[in-house]
Amino acid sequence: MENLKLELKEKIIENLNLEDIEISDMADDDALFGGGLGLDSIDALELIVMLDKDYGIKLSDPKQGKAIFASIEVMANYISKNRTK
Amino acid sequence: MDKKLYIQSYCKIKNNEVILDGKIIFKEDSRLLKDFLKSAFKNSEISYSKFFKMDNLCKLAFLATEYILKDFEHKNTNIAVVFSNNASSLDTDRSYQDSINDIDNYYPSPAVFVYTLPNISIGEISIRHQLKSENAFFVFDNYNADFHHCYENSLIQTEKSDGVLGGWVNVDSENYEAFVYLVSEYGIMEHTEKNLIILYKN
Repeated sequence: MENLKLELKEKIIENLNLEDIEISDMADDDALFGGGLGLDSIDALELIVMLDKDYGIKLSDPKQGKAIFASIEVMANYISKNRTK
Repeated sequence: MDKKLYIQSYCKIKNNEVILDGKIIFKEDSRLLKDFLKSAFKNSEISYSKFFKMDNLCKLAFLATEYILKDFEHKNTNIAVVFSNNASSLDTDRSYQDSINDIDNYYPSPAVFVYTLPNISIGEISIRHQLKSENAFFVFDNYNADFHHCYENSLIQTEKSDGVLGGWVNVDSENYEAFVYLVSEYGIMEHTEKNLIILYKN
């Protein structure tokens, strides 16, 4: 699980072009949205694509993302339970 | 009677140089455009994390505008934006196309898709500077000083705006060029077609 959390932080920084953010800036339970990362609705869509591309998880309803992307902790738990690749 | 209008300030970015009002203010021999734009942004000491999410066309337009407006007291947000180029958003269109070419690896990127229109660059600038006046992005073969002069002049003379950010912002792969200027009632160089051509070509 710790490896997955680290992997997610790396992917989020790279995929969402968070040039000013270091992995050490992201605590596992920090809010991904509405917090210091400055993520917006396009970033949420990009995370949905990332779930599909990298973990084989298809979200049929984008609104599910709100709960799944609450934090790195929540996201990692969801991925570990639902991943198909 | 028509107001006399001036080119208050201008910025050119090309050949790895940023030129503000005729003076080179940043130069770096970067191999890639994205690296040069990143260095120029860092050099400007502007704090705006959204810059890194933009495509190269938006970054170029944003930087040129930023250099013009960063030390400029522009409480007036009634500034129109009139840009043009010849590659439209082709640079980003290609990136997006690449992401949907393979049916077995079909993952279109929303973050790339949002930049598949050239006028998004104007949107980014307008958000940054809270500009709420008219804006338009035209696609021409080359910088058309006659058209720009007439359009920019008309916007101010008809009181649609108090100033106009005009210019040419073009990106096609590693080929890029920005020539952005602020037209207003203040300045030294008169806003004429001839002067626009002189500034663009020199």
